[in-house]
Amino acid sequence: MSVPPDETLLPRLRAGDDDAFALVLDAWSAGMLRLARVYVSTPESAAEVVQETWLAVIAGLDGFAGRSSLRTWVYRILINTAKRRGGRESRTVPLSSLGPTVDPAAFAGPGEPFSGHWRELPAPWPTPEQHTLSAEVRDRIATALAGLPERQRAVLVLRDVQGHTSAEVCAILELSAANQRVLLHRARAAVRAELATYFAAAGEGRPR
Amino acid sequence: MSELRCEQFVELVTEFLDGALDPRAEREFVDHLAECDGCGRYLDQVRTTVSALGELPEDHLPEPARATLLSAFRKKSGRDA
Repeated sequence: MSVPPDETLLPRLRAGDDDAFALVLDAWSAGMLRLARVYVSTPESAAEVVQETWLAVIAGLDGFAGRSSLRTWVYRILINTAKRRGGRESRTVPLSSLGPTVDPAAFAGPGEPFSGHWRELPAPWPTPEQHTLSAEVRDRIATALAGLPERQRAVLVLRDVQGHTSAEVCAILELSAANQRVLLHRARAAVRAELATYFAAAGEGRPR
Repeated sequence: MSELRCEQFVELVTEFLDGALDPRAEREFVDHLAECDGCGRYLDQVRTTVSALGELPEDHLPEPARATLLSAFRKKSGRDA
C-alpha cells in the first residue's frame, strides 16, 4: 500500500489512526536505516537512531508546522539524531577545492595529440546476465559508499540508492541545487571508478 | 571531434542526466557523445552505476522495535491508556 499525500496522512496520524502510522513506519524505515548508516557505524546504532527518531516524530506530530513535507521533516529529525549520536567530526571538503573526478592520466596531456581526450577507451564492463547484482559487486559498491565523505554519501544514498528527486534531497539536506549536484557527481564518479577497478581486475582473472 | 574535450565531458554527466545543462551545453554534450565511443561508454557506465546503487538490498527495522513504536503511537493517542 502506498503512503497517502500529507494532506490526508497528517490528519489521520493526528487523529491517532494506527493503520496510518504502521503504513509510514513500514514504508519509510528502510530508507531511514540506510540514511542513518551515513552517520553512525553499526546497523544496531542505525536501528536505535531510527527508533529514537520515530519517538520524536510521535511526540512532535501535533507541533509539526507543515513548512516542509512530512517525510522531509522526519528525515531532518533523523539526521540530527544520527549526527548527535555519531559524534563524528564530519569531513567537510570545500567544494571549490575539489579536482577532476576522473584520473587526469586517463586523458592525453597538453601538447600531446588529442589533448584532453581519452588515451584509451574506458575498459568495457561485463553485461549482467540477470538483474540482481552479484554479491561481490554489491560488496564493492558498499565499500565505495563507506569511503565517501559524509555529505557525498548522504546525497548518493538519497538520490541513487533510494531514488529521491533532486528537489527532495535539497530540502532534506538543506543544500542548494548546484551543491547537491556537485556532491552527487563526485560520489557517482567515485563508485564508478571502484567498479571499473573491480571489473578490470576480474577481467584479468586476478584479484586486486 | 567536437569542441568539448573528453575530460570536460565526464564532468558534465550528472548535469546532463539531471536535465540541468543549458541548451547550448546540452547540444555540445550530445554532439560529442555522437562522435566519441569512449565518452559513450563512460556515460553508460555511470548509468549502470546509478541503477546498481538502486538495487542494493534494504534493511528492515527489527520487529521488537516496530512493535515498541506502534505501541508508543497508540499510547500517545490515548487508545491504549
